[in-house]
Amino acid sequence: MRAPALILAVTALLAAACAPADQATPTPTRVDGVACTKDKLATLTPGKITFGTDQPVYQPWFVDDDPTNGKGFESAVAYAVAEELGYAKTDVVWTRVPFNAAIQPGKKSYDADINEFSITDERRQAVDFSAPYYDVDQVLITLKSSKAASVKTLAEVKKVKIGAQVGTTSFEAAKRLSPEQDVAVYNTNDDAKAALRAGQIDALVVDLPTAFYITSAELDDGQIVGQVPGGDGRPEQFGIVLDKGSPLTGCVSNAVESLRSKGTLAKLEQEWLSSAGNAPELK
Amino acid sequence: MTVSDLQRERLAYKRSRARRSTVVALLSTVAFAAVAYATVTGAPGWPRVRDSFFNVGVAWRTLPGVLEGLWLNLRVLLVCGVLILVLALGVAALRTLRGPVWFPVRALATAYVDLFRGMPLILTLYLVGFGLPALRLTGVPNDYVVLGGAALVLTYTAYVAEVFRAGIESVHPSQVAAARSLGLGPRRTLRLVVLPQAVRRVLPALLNDFVALQKDCGLISVLGAVDAVRAAQIEQARTFNFTPYVLAGLLFVLLAVPSARFADAMARRAERREGRR
Repeated sequence: MRAPALILAVTALLAAACAPADQATPTPTRVDGVACTKDKLATLTPGKITFGTDQPVYQPWFVDDDPTNGKGFESAVAYAVAEELGYAKTDVVWTRVPFNAAIQPGKKSYDADINEFSITDERRQAVDFSAPYYDVDQVLITLKSSKAASVKTLAEVKKVKIGAQVGTTSFEAAKRLSPEQDVAVYNTNDDAKAALRAGQIDALVVDLPTAFYITSAELDDGQIVGQVPGGDGRPEQFGIVLDKGSPLTGCVSNAVESLRSKGTLAKLEQEWLSSAGNAPELK
Repeated sequence: MTVSDLQRERLAYKRSRARRSTVVALLSTVAFAAVAYATVTGAPGWPRVRDSFFNVGVAWRTLPGVLEGLWLNLRVLLVCGVLILVLALGVAALRTLRGPVWFPVRALATAYVDLFRGMPLILTLYLVGFGLPALRLTGVPNDYVVLGGAALVLTYTAYVAEVFRAGIESVHPSQVAAARSLGLGPRRTLRLVVLPQAVRRVLPALLNDFVALQKDCGLISVLGAVDAVRAAQIEQARTFNFTPYVLAGLLFVLLAVPSARFADAMARRAERREGRR
């Protein structure tokens, strides 16, 4: 066992030595026998890391629908993860991947996809998830003029017509409220907002940071009703999506964990999601 | 009548040739299927494709939700289908009115057809579905199924009106002249002589539009309704498995098959009536 160990140590040293000087020292970690450094990672383009995300992308996760500016929580996390793996800012490439394309079984056009993907056991059958980078709460929002504005309890919520975006855990949360009328399902939160303005739904479930952005910046008389109770007691978490069985998963997870222990994640949350305080919980 | 030995021999030969070609067709079909099957299942990505698109367990679990969505599709289809037929016939009749007095009516009908045939259905859906209720007029329905249905009727009436008009204009003028000479008024001429012939001629085109409507009924899901395709999408997003789409697709195909057979039967009947068989 000594010879392979020696080889590994030497390659790790070489990897460290090869890294450009103008960046943070790469962590010479290895996960599942893979060295987590730029020149050893089997990315699509050697020496570059390709992140995928949808188009359009929204505040506060991205700013100005431009993932490359490093602004917005998820863009910042992506660049932090890349740096942790030894990539310079210029080594990060972005590609636009619609939801369905991100999870199809064929060849992927990205190394890692960051797009508010909630981690579930069921979804793990189809893709790999990194360690979670954000714990998310689901909240109900409405217009001040709507009858949902005065709702305080879970029993009152059942009388309200609720909408949500398809394919989101917000939709699952809306169903958990078991409203009397079917949950209306929209392609995007933009469509759902149109339906809210038109009075076709009384309230809309979105995640907390999105809720703060929508109610403060997008709707003139928007209001947060309250927090939707969680499903099975476990917090809902966002993870970076990677191809099923991707050799990068361990390293990306490792990078996320390292960012958490260094306090970088908390700092980025503070910077981009700081307005996301707490919403009263519906009981 | 007795059959000569020679004729019997000819028949036996014909039968043997027919049997032989059946066997050859069968063998070549089996061989083709085997090659296709081996190519697909031998592909390196096949196990993952099978799990993602043809997962029997997922199909079974998601069937109730998709069927419930399909039930909405069916109800919307039937109500809209009837409305479209009636309204389209009206618009087509207005467009075929003769005489300068009717110019404004003809122009209006033409403008309607131009507008809604040209406008992409999805935009009509958004404008009617989110735009109309945003006006907050009393009496405008707020239900997204009703509004979506209205948008479908607006668009498809324009298509079908053109199909009817083509049928009406394909009836030879001599038919009208003959009907008028028998003492029928313009309205009865249209109803008893022109329309029956026109409808028979455009039946395949009408059924084509019907099948298209069958599939487009699901587009009202952009307004919030959960139809079969949307139900499949919800399951797909929950499981990251594409099987629900395949399932919904199969159900839609099954739904279209009766329409196709009905169209064939009607076409045969029309041919018989016109003495072409």
